[in-house]
Amino acid sequence: MAVLLAIPIFIGLLMLQTGVVESLQLLHGSADILLLALIAWGVQERVPLVLDWALIAGILALIISPLPFLVPLIGYLAVTWLARMLSRRVWQTPVLAMAVATFAGTLLYHVLVWSSLFISGVRLPIMESINMVILPSAFLNLILALPMYSFVTDLAQSLYPEEAASEPAN
Amino acid sequence: MISFLRSYWRAGALILAAGGILFLALGGYLTPFLRLATGPVIGIQTWFYTNYQALYESVRSPRDMADLRQENLLLQAENSRLQSEVISLQEQLKDADVLYALLNFARSRPNDTYVAASVIGRDPSPFLRYVFINKGSDDGLKRGMPVLTAQGLAGRVDAVISNAARVQLITDPGSAVNVKLTSSATEAMLNGSVTGDIELDMVSQEIELVPGEVVLTSALGGTYPPGILVGQVVSVRRQETDLFQSASVQPAVDFNALSAVLVVTRFVPVDTSPLVPVN
Repeated sequence: MAVLLAIPIFIGLLMLQTGVVESLQLLHGSADILLLALIAWGVQERVPLVLDWALIAGILALIISPLPFLVPLIGYLAVTWLARMLSRRVWQTPVLAMAVATFAGTLLYHVLVWSSLFISGVRLPIMESINMVILPSAFLNLILALPMYSFVTDLAQSLYPEEAASEPAN
Repeated sequence: MISFLRSYWRAGALILAAGGILFLALGGYLTPFLRLATGPVIGIQTWFYTNYQALYESVRSPRDMADLRQENLLLQAENSRLQSEVISLQEQLKDADVLYALLNFARSRPNDTYVAASVIGRDPSPFLRYVFINKGSDDGLKRGMPVLTAQGLAGRVDAVISNAARVQLITDPGSAVNVKLTSSATEAMLNGSVTGDIELDMVSQEIELVPGEVVLTSALGGTYPPGILVGQVVSVRRQETDLFQSASVQPAVDFNALSAVLVVTRFVPVDTSPLVPVN
Protein backbone atom coordinates (compact mmCIF):
# COMPACT_ATOMS: atom_id res chain seq x y z
CA MET A 1 0.00 0.00 0.00
CA ALA A 2 2.93 2.33 0.63
CA VAL A 3 3.69 2.34 -3.06
CA LEU A 4 0.34 4.04 -3.74
CA LEU A 5 1.65 7.02 -1.81
CA ALA A 6 4.12 7.49 -4.64
CA ILE A 7 1.37 8.79 -6.91
CA PRO A 8 0.43 11.94 -5.00
CA ILE A 9 4.05 12.52 -3.97
CA PHE A 10 5.34 12.41 -7.51
CA ILE A 11 2.42 14.44 -8.83
CA GLY A 12 3.30 17.11 -6.29
CA LEU A 13 6.98 16.94 -7.20
CA LEU A 14 6.12 17.12 -10.89
CA MET A 15 4.02 20.23 -10.35
CA LEU A 16 6.87 21.78 -8.39
CA GLN A 17 9.32 20.80 -11.12
CA THR A 18 7.33 22.26 -14.03
CA GLY A 19 6.10 25.31 -12.16
CA VAL A 20 9.08 26.40 -10.06
CA VAL A 21 12.28 24.37 -10.37
CA GLU A 22 12.43 24.56 -14.15
CA SER A 23 12.60 28.36 -13.95
CA LEU A 24 15.71 28.20 -11.76
CA GLN A 25 18.40 27.56 -14.33
CA LEU A 26 22.18 27.60 -14.28
CA LEU A 27 23.46 28.36 -17.78
CA HIS A 28 20.85 26.18 -19.51
CA GLY A 29 20.75 23.34 -17.04
CA SER A 30 18.11 22.75 -14.39
CA ALA A 31 17.59 20.46 -11.44
CA ASP A 32 15.32 17.41 -11.66
CA ILE A 33 13.64 16.83 -8.34
CA LEU A 34 11.86 13.67 -9.51
CA LEU A 35 15.22 12.18 -10.38
CA LEU A 36 16.62 13.25 -7.03
CA ALA A 37 13.66 11.76 -5.18
CA LEU A 38 14.17 8.44 -6.97
CA ILE A 39 17.92 8.43 -6.28
CA ALA A 40 17.28 9.22 -2.62
CA TRP A 41 14.69 6.44 -2.52
CA GLY A 42 17.13 4.06 -4.16
CA VAL A 43 19.84 4.56 -1.52
CA GLN A 44 17.41 3.79 1.31
CA GLU A 45 18.29 0.26 2.38
CA ARG A 46 15.08 -0.17 4.41
CA VAL A 47 12.90 0.34 1.33
CA PRO A 48 11.89 -2.87 -0.50
CA LEU A 49 9.97 -1.45 -3.47
CA VAL A 50 12.34 0.78 -5.36
CA LEU A 51 11.64 0.10 -9.02
CA ASP A 52 7.88 0.35 -8.42
CA TRP A 53 8.30 3.96 -7.38
CA ALA A 54 10.54 4.56 -10.40
CA LEU A 55 7.85 3.06 -12.62
CA ILE A 56 5.23 5.46 -11.25
CA ALA A 57 7.52 8.48 -11.62
CA GLY A 58 8.48 7.42 -15.13
CA ILE A 59 4.87 7.01 -16.24
CA LEU A 60 3.94 10.42 -14.84
CA ALA A 61 6.91 12.05 -16.59
CA LEU A 62 6.06 10.17 -19.78
CA ILE A 63 2.56 11.65 -19.79
CA ILE A 64 3.78 15.23 -19.96
CA SER A 65 7.17 14.94 -21.62
CA PRO A 66 7.68 15.11 -25.40
CA LEU A 67 10.83 12.97 -25.18
CA PRO A 68 10.79 10.01 -27.57
CA PHE A 69 11.28 6.26 -27.07
CA LEU A 70 9.91 6.10 -23.50
CA VAL A 71 13.08 7.84 -22.31
CA PRO A 72 11.68 9.24 -19.04
CA LEU A 73 10.49 5.79 -17.98
CA ILE A 74 13.65 3.96 -19.00
CA GLY A 75 15.85 6.71 -17.62
CA TYR A 76 14.21 6.81 -14.21
CA LEU A 77 14.27 3.02 -13.91
CA ALA A 78 17.93 2.92 -14.86
CA VAL A 79 18.91 5.69 -12.46
CA THR A 80 17.01 4.12 -9.56
CA TRP A 81 18.67 0.76 -10.19
CA LEU A 82 22.05 2.50 -10.40
CA ALA A 83 21.43 4.28 -7.09
CA ARG A 84 20.54 0.99 -5.38
CA MET A 85 23.64 -0.73 -6.80
CA LEU A 86 25.96 2.09 -5.82
CA SER A 87 24.61 2.27 -2.28
CA ARG A 88 25.00 -1.49 -1.75
CA ARG A 89 28.20 -2.38 -3.49
CA VAL A 90 30.35 0.69 -3.68
CA TRP A 91 29.63 3.27 -0.99
CA GLN A 92 28.37 2.21 2.43
CA THR A 93 27.90 5.76 3.70
CA PRO A 94 24.39 6.81 2.64
CA VAL A 95 25.09 10.51 2.19
CA LEU A 96 28.18 9.81 0.10
CA ALA A 97 26.21 7.23 -1.86
CA MET A 98 23.56 9.87 -2.46
CA ALA A 99 26.10 12.34 -3.80
CA VAL A 100 27.82 9.84 -6.08
CA ALA A 101 24.51 8.39 -7.26
CA THR A 102 23.20 11.91 -7.95
CA PHE A 103 26.16 12.79 -10.15
CA ALA A 104 26.28 9.45 -11.94
CA GLY A 105 22.50 9.24 -12.24
CA THR A 106 22.20 12.75 -13.67
CA LEU A 107 24.89 11.99 -16.24
CA LEU A 108 23.24 8.69 -17.16
CA TYR A 109 19.79 10.22 -17.51
CA HIS A 110 20.93 13.19 -19.57
CA VAL A 111 23.05 10.99 -21.82
CA LEU A 112 19.95 8.87 -22.45
CA VAL A 113 17.89 11.99 -23.21
CA TRP A 114 20.57 13.44 -25.48
CA SER A 115 20.95 10.15 -27.35
CA SER A 116 17.21 9.78 -27.90
CA LEU A 117 16.91 13.32 -29.23
CA PHE A 118 19.97 12.88 -31.43
CA ILE A 119 18.58 9.66 -32.90
CA SER A 120 15.25 11.35 -33.58
CA GLY A 121 17.01 14.02 -35.62
CA VAL A 122 17.27 16.95 -33.25
CA ARG A 123 20.46 18.95 -33.69
CA LEU A 124 22.34 18.93 -30.37
CA PRO A 125 26.06 19.81 -30.46
CA ILE A 126 27.74 17.50 -27.98
CA MET A 127 30.17 19.93 -26.35
CA GLU A 128 27.52 22.59 -26.01
CA SER A 129 25.15 20.05 -24.49
CA ILE A 130 27.77 18.93 -21.97
CA ASN A 131 28.97 22.40 -21.02
CA MET A 132 25.67 24.25 -21.03
CA VAL A 133 23.16 21.60 -19.97
CA ILE A 134 24.50 18.36 -18.52
CA LEU A 135 27.19 19.63 -16.15
CA PRO A 136 25.14 22.58 -14.81
CA SER A 137 22.20 20.21 -14.27
CA ALA A 138 24.45 17.80 -12.38
CA PHE A 139 25.72 20.68 -10.23
CA LEU A 140 22.20 21.86 -9.42
CA ASN A 141 21.16 18.31 -8.60
CA LEU A 142 24.12 17.97 -6.23
CA ILE A 143 23.05 21.13 -4.43
CA LEU A 144 19.52 19.81 -3.92
CA ALA A 145 20.64 16.23 -3.18
CA LEU A 146 21.06 16.63 0.56
CA PRO A 147 17.69 18.31 1.27
CA MET A 148 15.96 15.74 -0.90
CA TYR A 149 17.81 12.92 0.87
CA SER A 150 16.64 14.25 4.26
CA PHE A 151 13.05 14.48 3.06
CA VAL A 152 13.04 11.00 1.52
CA THR A 153 14.79 9.47 4.56
CA ASP A 154 12.03 10.82 6.81
CA LEU A 155 9.42 9.50 4.40
CA ALA A 156 11.08 6.08 4.30
CA GLN A 157 11.27 5.94 8.08
CA SER A 158 7.58 6.76 8.41
CA LEU A 159 6.50 4.28 5.72
CA TYR A 160 8.92 1.52 6.66
CA PRO A 161 9.65 1.68 10.39
CA GLU A 162 12.54 -0.21 11.96
CA GLU A 163 10.57 -3.42 12.64
CA ALA A 164 9.45 -3.62 9.03
CA ALA A 165 12.95 -2.85 7.75
CA SER A 166 14.14 -6.28 8.61
CA GLU A 167 12.25 -7.67 5.58
CA PRO A 168 14.50 -8.50 2.67
CA ALA A 169 14.69 -5.77 0.10
CA ASN A 170 14.75 -6.40 -3.68
CA MET B 1 -8.92 119.51 62.93
CA ILE B 2 -5.72 118.97 64.89
CA SER B 3 -7.18 115.92 66.64
CA PHE B 4 -8.26 114.57 63.23
CA LEU B 5 -4.73 115.02 61.96
CA ARG B 6 -3.25 113.46 65.13
CA SER B 7 -5.50 110.39 64.71
CA TYR B 8 -4.99 109.78 60.98
CA TRP B 9 -1.50 111.20 60.23
CA ARG B 10 -0.08 107.66 59.95
CA ALA B 11 -2.70 106.62 57.37
CA GLY B 12 -2.07 109.79 55.46
CA ALA B 13 1.67 109.16 55.47
CA LEU B 14 1.17 105.65 54.17
CA ILE B 15 -1.07 106.85 51.40
CA LEU B 16 1.46 109.51 50.43
CA ALA B 17 4.30 106.92 50.52
CA ALA B 18 2.31 104.43 48.39
CA GLY B 19 1.42 107.14 45.95
CA GLY B 20 5.04 108.17 45.75
CA ILE B 21 6.21 104.61 45.16
CA LEU B 22 3.52 104.14 42.53
CA PHE B 23 4.53 107.36 40.87
CA LEU B 24 8.19 106.29 40.89
CA ALA B 25 7.27 102.80 39.55
CA LEU B 26 5.22 104.21 36.73
CA GLY B 27 8.06 106.48 35.95
CA GLY B 28 10.42 103.53 35.74
CA TYR B 29 12.66 104.67 38.54
CA LEU B 30 12.12 101.49 40.57
CA THR B 31 12.96 99.01 37.78
CA PRO B 32 16.48 98.17 38.99
CA PHE B 33 15.19 97.55 42.51
CA LEU B 34 12.34 95.41 41.17
CA ARG B 35 14.81 93.39 39.12
CA LEU B 36 16.93 92.72 42.14
CA ALA B 37 13.90 91.66 44.18
CA THR B 38 12.10 89.56 41.66
CA GLY B 39 15.15 87.75 40.25
CA PRO B 40 15.55 85.25 43.06
CA VAL B 41 11.82 84.79 43.31
CA ILE B 42 11.55 83.92 39.64
CA GLY B 43 14.52 81.58 39.89
CA ILE B 44 12.97 79.69 42.75
CA GLN B 45 9.62 79.57 40.97
CA THR B 46 11.25 78.21 37.80
CA TRP B 47 13.10 75.55 39.76
CA PHE B 48 9.92 74.44 41.44
CA TYR B 49 7.93 74.34 38.19
CA THR B 50 10.54 72.52 36.17
CA ASN B 51 11.06 69.79 38.69
CA TYR B 52 7.37 69.38 39.18
CA GLN B 53 6.89 68.98 35.45
CA ALA B 54 9.65 66.37 35.32
CA LEU B 55 8.07 64.47 38.16
CA TYR B 56 4.69 64.76 36.50
CA GLU B 57 6.02 63.48 33.17
CA SER B 58 7.85 60.58 34.78
CA VAL B 59 4.67 59.49 36.48
CA ARG B 60 2.53 60.02 33.38
CA SER B 61 4.95 58.80 30.60
CA PRO B 62 4.64 54.98 31.08
CA ARG B 63 1.00 55.28 30.09
CA ASP B 64 1.94 57.42 27.07
CA MET B 65 4.78 55.06 26.10
CA ALA B 66 2.43 52.08 26.17
CA ASP B 67 -0.05 53.99 23.99
CA LEU B 68 2.72 55.00 21.63
CA ARG B 69 4.05 51.44 21.38
CA GLN B 70 0.61 50.10 20.67
CA GLU B 71 -0.02 52.75 18.07
CA ASN B 72 3.38 52.00 16.52
CA LEU B 73 2.56 48.30 16.29
CA LEU B 74 -0.79 49.06 14.69
CA LEU B 75 0.85 51.38 12.19
CA GLN B 76 3.54 48.81 11.38
CA ALA B 77 0.90 46.13 10.80
CA GLU B 78 -1.08 48.51 8.62
CA ASN B 79 2.09 49.41 6.72
CA SER B 80 2.87 45.74 6.09
CA ARG B 81 -0.66 45.12 4.90
CA LEU B 82 -0.52 48.09 2.56
CA GLN B 83 2.86 47.03 1.20
CA SER B 84 1.49 43.54 0.47
CA GLU B 85 -1.49 45.13 -1.20
CA VAL B 86 0.78 47.35 -3.31
CA ILE B 87 2.82 44.33 -4.43
CA SER B 88 -0.34 42.40 -5.26
CA LEU B 89 -1.76 45.33 -7.22
CA GLN B 90 1.52 45.77 -9.09
CA GLU B 91 1.39 42.11 -10.12
CA GLN B 92 -2.20 42.52 -11.24
CA LEU B 93 -1.18 45.61 -13.20
CA LYS B 94 1.56 43.65 -14.96
CA ASP B 95 -0.93 40.89 -15.82
CA ALA B 96 -3.40 43.52 -17.03
CA ASP B 97 -0.70 45.11 -19.21
CA VAL B 98 0.07 41.73 -20.79
CA LEU B 99 -3.61 41.07 -21.42
CA TYR B 100 -4.17 44.54 -22.88
CA ALA B 101 -1.23 43.97 -25.22
CA LEU B 102 -2.70 40.63 -26.29
CA LEU B 103 -6.12 42.22 -26.79
CA ASN B 104 -4.66 45.02 -28.92
CA PHE B 105 -2.75 42.47 -30.96
CA ALA B 106 -5.91 40.40 -31.51
CA ARG B 107 -7.82 43.50 -32.56
CA SER B 108 -5.12 44.38 -35.07
CA ARG B 109 -5.71 41.05 -36.84
CA PRO B 110 -9.50 40.79 -36.97
CA ASN B 111 -9.52 37.96 -39.52
CA ASP B 112 -8.04 35.46 -37.07
CA THR B 113 -9.72 34.01 -34.02
CA TYR B 114 -7.78 33.55 -30.83
CA VAL B 115 -7.97 31.78 -27.52
CA ALA B 116 -5.99 33.41 -24.74
CA ALA B 117 -4.19 31.10 -22.34
CA SER B 118 -1.86 31.38 -19.37
CA VAL B 119 1.46 29.60 -19.19
CA ILE B 120 1.32 27.21 -16.22
CA GLY B 121 4.61 25.35 -16.45
CA ARG B 122 7.66 24.37 -18.42
CA ASP B 123 8.92 21.03 -19.63
CA PRO B 124 11.16 19.29 -17.05
CA SER B 125 13.91 18.44 -19.54
CA PRO B 126 16.55 21.17 -19.93
CA PHE B 127 17.21 20.04 -23.52
CA LEU B 128 13.71 20.96 -24.61
CA ARG B 129 11.81 24.25 -24.81
CA TYR B 130 8.15 23.47 -24.20
CA VAL B 131 5.59 25.22 -22.06
CA PHE B 132 2.21 24.11 -20.77
CA ILE B 133 -0.87 26.30 -21.11
CA ASN B 134 -4.21 26.06 -19.33
CA LYS B 135 -6.46 25.73 -22.39
CA GLY B 136 -7.11 22.52 -24.32
CA SER B 137 -9.45 20.74 -26.67
CA ASP B 138 -12.48 21.89 -24.69
CA ASP B 139 -11.54 25.44 -25.78
CA GLY B 140 -11.11 24.49 -29.42
CA LEU B 141 -7.37 23.92 -29.45
CA LYS B 142 -5.84 21.37 -31.78
CA ARG B 143 -2.38 20.08 -32.42
CA GLY B 144 -0.38 22.29 -34.75
CA MET B 145 -2.14 25.58 -34.03
CA PRO B 146 0.22 28.56 -33.93
CA VAL B 147 0.83 30.28 -30.61
CA LEU B 148 1.60 33.99 -30.48
CA THR B 149 2.09 36.80 -28.05
CA ALA B 150 1.64 40.53 -28.59
CA GLN B 151 5.35 40.70 -29.52
CA GLY B 152 5.31 37.92 -32.12
CA LEU B 153 5.52 34.20 -32.75
CA ALA B 154 5.99 31.97 -29.72
CA GLY B 155 5.54 28.45 -31.05
CA ARG B 156 2.92 25.86 -31.93
CA VAL B 157 0.65 23.48 -30.05
CA ASP B 158 2.36 20.12 -29.80
CA ALA B 159 -0.09 18.07 -27.72
CA VAL B 160 -3.57 18.68 -26.35
CA ILE B 161 -5.79 17.25 -23.64
CA SER B 162 -9.19 18.48 -22.62
CA ASN B 163 -8.08 21.39 -20.44
CA ALA B 164 -4.38 21.87 -21.12
CA ALA B 165 -1.91 21.83 -23.96
CA ARG B 166 1.81 21.58 -24.56
CA VAL B 167 3.40 24.22 -26.76
CA GLN B 168 6.69 23.77 -28.57
CA LEU B 169 8.50 27.11 -28.57
CA ILE B 170 10.44 28.30 -31.58
CA THR B 171 13.60 28.16 -29.42
CA ASP B 172 13.28 24.39 -29.04
CA PRO B 173 16.13 22.49 -30.76
CA GLY B 174 13.56 20.45 -32.67
CA SER B 175 11.68 23.48 -33.93
CA ALA B 176 11.91 24.60 -37.54
CA VAL B 177 10.01 27.64 -38.82
CA ASN B 178 9.81 28.73 -42.44
CA VAL B 179 10.51 32.45 -42.51
CA LYS B 180 11.09 35.24 -44.94
CA LEU B 181 13.32 38.29 -44.72
CA THR B 182 11.43 41.51 -45.26
CA SER B 183 14.08 43.51 -47.08
CA SER B 184 15.25 40.86 -49.50
CA ALA B 185 11.96 38.87 -49.68
CA THR B 186 14.05 35.71 -49.26
CA GLU B 187 12.86 32.46 -47.73
CA ALA B 188 14.92 30.76 -45.05
CA MET B 189 14.66 28.29 -42.20
CA LEU B 190 14.69 29.31 -38.54
CA ASN B 191 15.91 26.67 -36.08
CA GLY B 192 16.05 26.55 -32.33
CA SER B 193 19.05 25.31 -30.37
CA VAL B 194 19.98 23.69 -27.09
CA THR B 195 20.92 27.09 -25.67
CA GLY B 196 17.56 28.61 -26.58
CA ASP B 197 19.00 30.81 -29.34
CA ILE B 198 17.38 30.83 -32.76
CA GLU B 199 19.34 30.77 -35.99
CA LEU B 200 18.59 31.49 -39.57
CA ASP B 201 19.86 28.75 -41.82
CA MET B 202 19.96 27.92 -45.51
CA VAL B 203 20.21 31.52 -46.67
CA SER B 204 21.70 31.78 -50.13
CA GLN B 205 25.17 33.33 -50.37
CA GLU B 206 23.87 35.77 -52.96
CA ILE B 207 21.58 37.45 -50.44
CA GLU B 208 22.95 40.44 -48.56
CA LEU B 209 22.04 39.76 -44.93
CA VAL B 210 22.43 42.71 -42.62
CA PRO B 211 21.93 43.00 -38.85
CA GLY B 212 18.60 44.54 -37.98
CA GLU B 213 16.73 42.82 -40.76
CA VAL B 214 13.23 41.84 -39.71
CA VAL B 215 12.23 38.16 -39.93
CA LEU B 216 8.59 37.17 -40.50
CA THR B 217 6.84 33.83 -40.95
CA SER B 218 6.31 32.74 -44.51
CA ALA B 219 3.49 30.67 -45.93
CA LEU B 220 5.87 27.87 -46.95
CA GLY B 221 5.04 24.52 -45.39
CA GLY B 222 1.64 25.73 -44.21
CA THR B 223 2.66 25.47 -40.56
CA TYR B 224 2.20 29.10 -39.58
CA PRO B 225 0.14 31.96 -40.94
CA PRO B 226 2.33 34.33 -42.97
CA GLY B 227 3.50 37.71 -41.84
CA ILE B 228 3.92 37.11 -38.10
CA LEU B 229 6.92 38.80 -36.57
CA VAL B 230 9.58 36.33 -35.44
CA GLY B 231 12.59 38.51 -34.66
CA GLN B 232 15.50 40.51 -35.98
CA VAL B 233 18.85 39.48 -37.39
CA VAL B 234 21.62 40.18 -34.86
CA SER B 235 24.78 38.81 -36.48
CA VAL B 236 25.64 37.17 -39.76
CA ARG B 237 28.02 34.26 -40.35
CA ARG B 238 29.22 34.02 -43.90
CA GLN B 239 32.00 31.85 -45.28
CA GLU B 240 32.77 31.99 -48.96
CA THR B 241 33.43 28.24 -49.00
CA ASP B 242 29.99 27.38 -47.62
CA LEU B 243 26.86 26.78 -49.66
CA PHE B 244 24.70 28.86 -47.37
CA GLN B 245 25.17 31.63 -44.88
CA SER B 246 23.57 31.73 -41.45
CA ALA B 247 22.61 34.36 -38.93
CA SER B 248 21.65 34.68 -35.28
CA VAL B 249 18.20 36.09 -34.69
CA GLN B 250 16.98 37.95 -31.63
CA PRO B 251 13.44 36.67 -31.01
CA ALA B 252 10.71 39.26 -30.68
CA VAL B 253 9.21 37.38 -27.74
CA ASP B 254 10.88 37.30 -24.34
CA PHE B 255 10.63 33.58 -23.59
CA ASN B 256 11.94 33.94 -20.06
CA ALA B 257 8.96 36.12 -19.12
CA LEU B 258 6.26 34.24 -21.01
CA SER B 259 3.06 34.40 -18.97
CA ALA B 260 0.14 34.67 -21.39
CA VAL B 261 -0.24 33.63 -25.03
CA LEU B 262 -2.77 33.63 -27.86
CA VAL B 263 -3.54 30.46 -29.76
CA VAL B 264 -4.69 31.09 -33.32
CA THR B 265 -7.65 28.77 -33.62
CA ARG B 266 -8.90 29.79 -37.02
CA PHE B 267 -5.66 28.88 -38.77
CA VAL B 268 -5.42 25.20 -39.65
CA PRO B 269 -1.96 23.92 -40.61
CA VAL B 270 -1.81 22.43 -44.07
CA ASP B 271 -0.97 18.72 -44.21
CA THR B 272 1.43 18.44 -47.13
CA SER B 273 2.36 14.80 -46.54
CA PRO B 274 0.08 13.47 -49.33
CA LEU B 275 2.04 15.64 -51.77
CA VAL B 276 5.40 14.23 -50.75
CA PRO B 277 6.46 11.68 -53.38
CA VAL B 278 7.00 8.18 -52.08
CA ASN B 279 9.60 6.15 -53.98
